Amino acid sequence: MSSLYRLHLVEGLGYDTPMRVLLHHPRREVEIKGPRRVCDVLKELKLLPETVLVIKDNELATEDETLRDEDTLEIRPVISGG
Amino acid sequence: MRCKKCAQKAIIKLPRHNTAFCGACFDEYVLDQVRRAIKSERMMTHEDRVAVAISGGKDSLALWDILLRLGYNCAGIHINLGIGEYSRLSQEKTEQFAHQRNVEFILHRLNETHGAGIPELAQETHRPACSACGVMKRYNFNRLAQEAGFTVLATGHNLDDEASRLLGNVLHWQQDYLDKQAPTLPSTHPKLLKKVKPLFRLAEREMAAYCVLKKIDYIVEECPMSKDAKQLVYKDMLNRLEETIPGTKQNFYFEFLKRQKPDILELDGRLKDCIRCGQPTTSDLCSYCKLVESLAVAKAGGGKSSP
Repeated sequence: MSSLYRLHLVEGLGYDTPMRVLLHHPRREVEIKGPRRVCDVLKELKLLPETVLVIKDNELATEDETLRDEDTLEIRPVISGG
Repeated sequence: MRCKKCAQKAIIKLPRHNTAFCGACFDEYVLDQVRRAIKSERMMTHEDRVAVAISGGKDSLALWDILLRLGYNCAGIHINLGIGEYSRLSQEKTEQFAHQRNVEFILHRLNETHGAGIPELAQETHRPACSACGVMKRYNFNRLAQEAGFTVLATGHNLDDEASRLLGNVLHWQQDYLDKQAPTLPSTHPKLLKKVKPLFRLAEREMAAYCVLKKIDYIVEECPMSKDAKQLVYKDMLNRLEETIPGTKQNFYFEFLKRQKPDILELDGRLKDCIRCGQPTTSDLCSYCKLVESLAVAKAGGGKSSP
């Protein structure tokens, strides 16, 4: 399996615990400082909304939803091929 | 964001329909789209025995779940492709789904039949992995379903799959493939099952959302052999268009279907029995038997050497 690693995306780390975001292809975890809307997180990660689902605490989150530091997030790709 | 139907909190926005749905309304939307697909394309009746081709991914498991919920007499068929950890996980997800619902499925392992999985088959026969995989899946799903007495074979191809396939076929003007690209392909040979795609009205993202909503555990990781698949490039292009012009994928594929005059009977009038296995083919030896023969030659040491 792919190894897990961390990437600090935003400045300000160290003041609070930022939200943890699980990404795939390859499987990895990043940390993003909240509060921030889902659509802004996707923009920052350069992901098209049509190609992913944002799952917050096992529930689907819409693009206008605000994410906070205490949230655990999964951004799951939906495109498969071959 | 609120559900456009009942004003509850929305869980998904569907820009191509200019709407958003809560969980319950999205579930009803998905079932309704599948009902419409089955009815409009005369895919199956409740008297049919339906085989569902199961990969362990979101589309096939969602399709199996939906057909069961709609009361169809269906069972899954899973082919273990012998692609290491990916195939092990795919089979595990399929078994888990079947076990949770107490439903049966047929399991076929390529390694047991040929002593080789897709990676070895592709390497030994010098064919692209996706091409060898396609031959193996088409042949085995049809044959296993037909021999087990099923009357229809259903696959989980969604709107994105069909639109990207259409784009590829148009870009390369593959007329034969364009003529045969339809949500329902009738049986044109006693050993060729009717094939249907009940998810063709639903986008790939909607199928993944359905799985999250219904807590269907599927394999999220992509097949390691499909990294360079052309279909992924076409899907990426269409999704960029969709972002700016919602509804592009649906319009592209649905308008194609309206204009299509499929001449499937004429095309499949050339079908005859393979001289080796008896399955339908347009040449003396079917693609499956050619592939298996190449593998046997390679294993006996008569294959081309690797570059």
